Amino acid sequence: MNWGAEIAKAVLAAVGMFTFLAIVAAMFGVLLERKIGGWIQSRLGPKHVGPQGLLQTLADTLKLLQKEHITPRAADAVVFNTAPLVVATAGLMGWLVIPFGTLGGTVLVVRDLNIGILFFAAMASMTVIGILAGGWSSNNKYSLLGALRSASQMISYELPLGMALVAVAMEAGTLSTVGIVRAQDGWMGSFIFRQFPAFVIFLVAATAEVNRVPFDLPEAESELVAGYLSEYSGMRFSLFMLGEYAEMFAMAAMTTTLFLGGWKGPLLPPLVWFFLKMYLVVFFMMWVRWTFPRFRLDQLLSLCWKVLLPAGLIWILISGYRITF
Amino acid sequence: MALGLTHFLVVSALLFCLGLYGVLTRRNAVAILMGIELMLNAANINLVAFNKYVAPAALNGQVFTLVVITLAACEVGVGLALVMAAYRNLETVQVDRINMLKW
Amino acid sequence: MGTLAAFFILSAVTLIPAVVVVTSKNIVRSALALVPTFFGITGLYILLRAEFVAGIQVLIYAGAITVLILFVIMLTEGGTGIRIRQVNEQVPVGALASAVLAALLIWVFLRTPWPQGPGALPEYTAAQIGTTLLSSMVLVFEVTSLVLLISLIGAIIIARRER
Repeated sequence: MNWGAEIAKAVLAAVGMFTFLAIVAAMFGVLLERKIGGWIQSRLGPKHVGPQGLLQTLADTLKLLQKEHITPRAADAVVFNTAPLVVATAGLMGWLVIPFGTLGGTVLVVRDLNIGILFFAAMASMTVIGILAGGWSSNNKYSLLGALRSASQMISYELPLGMALVAVAMEAGTLSTVGIVRAQDGWMGSFIFRQFPAFVIFLVAATAEVNRVPFDLPEAESELVAGYLSEYSGMRFSLFMLGEYAEMFAMAAMTTTLFLGGWKGPLLPPLVWFFLKMYLVVFFMMWVRWTFPRFRLDQLLSLCWKVLLPAGLIWILISGYRITF
Repeated sequence: MALGLTHFLVVSALLFCLGLYGVLTRRNAVAILMGIELMLNAANINLVAFNKYVAPAALNGQVFTLVVITLAACEVGVGLALVMAAYRNLETVQVDRINMLKW
Repeated sequence: MGTLAAFFILSAVTLIPAVVVVTSKNIVRSALALVPTFFGITGLYILLRAEFVAGIQVLIYAGAITVLILFVIMLTEGGTGIRIRQVNEQVPVGALASAVLAALLIWVFLRTPWPQGPGALPEYTAAQIGTTLLSSMVLVFEVTSLVLLISLIGAIIIARRER
């Protein structure tokens, strides 16, 4: 194996992935979020920067880049400054195993790992370390409360997420993402039909895992003054946001891969199909955000432990029975 | 010098002894648990390394590592529950101050 | 050559944070230092071609156990400004015992002629591990599940507030 070439390839892939996500997820995603929010609430949303407000996120990014980075005096500076990097990296890492489509016979995926969805779940679980570290090191009671809420929420919802992944892996007979897409043959072959309960569990758990409304307790603006984000400013704040949006889009892409047949579809090229499906899931998540009120913490945890987890276990049993006999 | 079994064994020995040092010298019960985690991980490295170099066909080492990881998770769960109970009743997690049974 | 370099880098990534874990004065920092240690061990597993174990290592150790430890530290004695003496009076003895044990172990490891087994690891270990767990190791699997269940119940009962 040529190690120099491998490292160069890894660096190139990382830069390409980061650029892609900064544009598709962060830039376009934030704009989409605000536009859809405006549409649902009968207002216009951003409109002044660029045609129809298209350059709004660019302007916001420039503003955030110019802001001073403040480290609170009582904060643990090393941990405080590293935490956003952990969140952003964890958000980006999940994308390594997402297959975007096929181009002339080759599958467009950074690495088709044979433990693909296990890797994805592991990376999704790393975000919580960054959030806990950030919340603790800010030395602020709201930050710490937000971080603790986030930790309890995220490690709880990892379990139903894992259950849904197990059901899909059983159905497909492989852990590789490319293999799972290949296992979904034909129009009715998408796992959304054969694995509908797993789809619902995955979508709910994914929404909770990325801390979005109605499960956004960790950063609840109105009660915790944005939770673990309180003390962050400028670029460190936007790294947190980048990580969050990257992970939300990664969850949408994973839903597409696992349940909606990935890049498969008639007529249109595979890449177009993939992005169509992914943005459909993203739209669904945004729709939920602007229509549902926030859960209470006890409701959130009992939904996880008393509804989703038993449902996931029972569904694994049923799928196993159906696949075996 | 090619990469061999001995390399992994030496690293795991060092990790095990670091964990042992943590267990012997820490006062905080949670820190002692962290030392135990390091020791368990050192054992896991050994299991996987022996699997690769001594009995590659069987995979028993990797299966056993998974069992150890599961039991480590159990141990941490119960251990931390005990720490929480001790903190609630005695308001300390420093093990040398939890000495009600001494006289 | 590259494998050897990767091994030394990963060993450093494992061992240097492990030193921080056992010596740091700040308990939260030592808990956070567990994360790079676990990632280094993950890397070693990948070098040993145990991808499935590596994935589980990140998911369980780095993602769940560390978070649980951090959680309990923050619920008990984990403020940024708190300065409690974290070590007891056994530091010299403990250091001596660990050093002697390390020297002994390494001496043994270097002197023993380790046997080399025949055969090779299967290409896709995840499926093979699943088959092993549910065929020849099924008793181990069941007993482990039982222990998991019992410790789940035990943890809930112990940690629950008494009324």
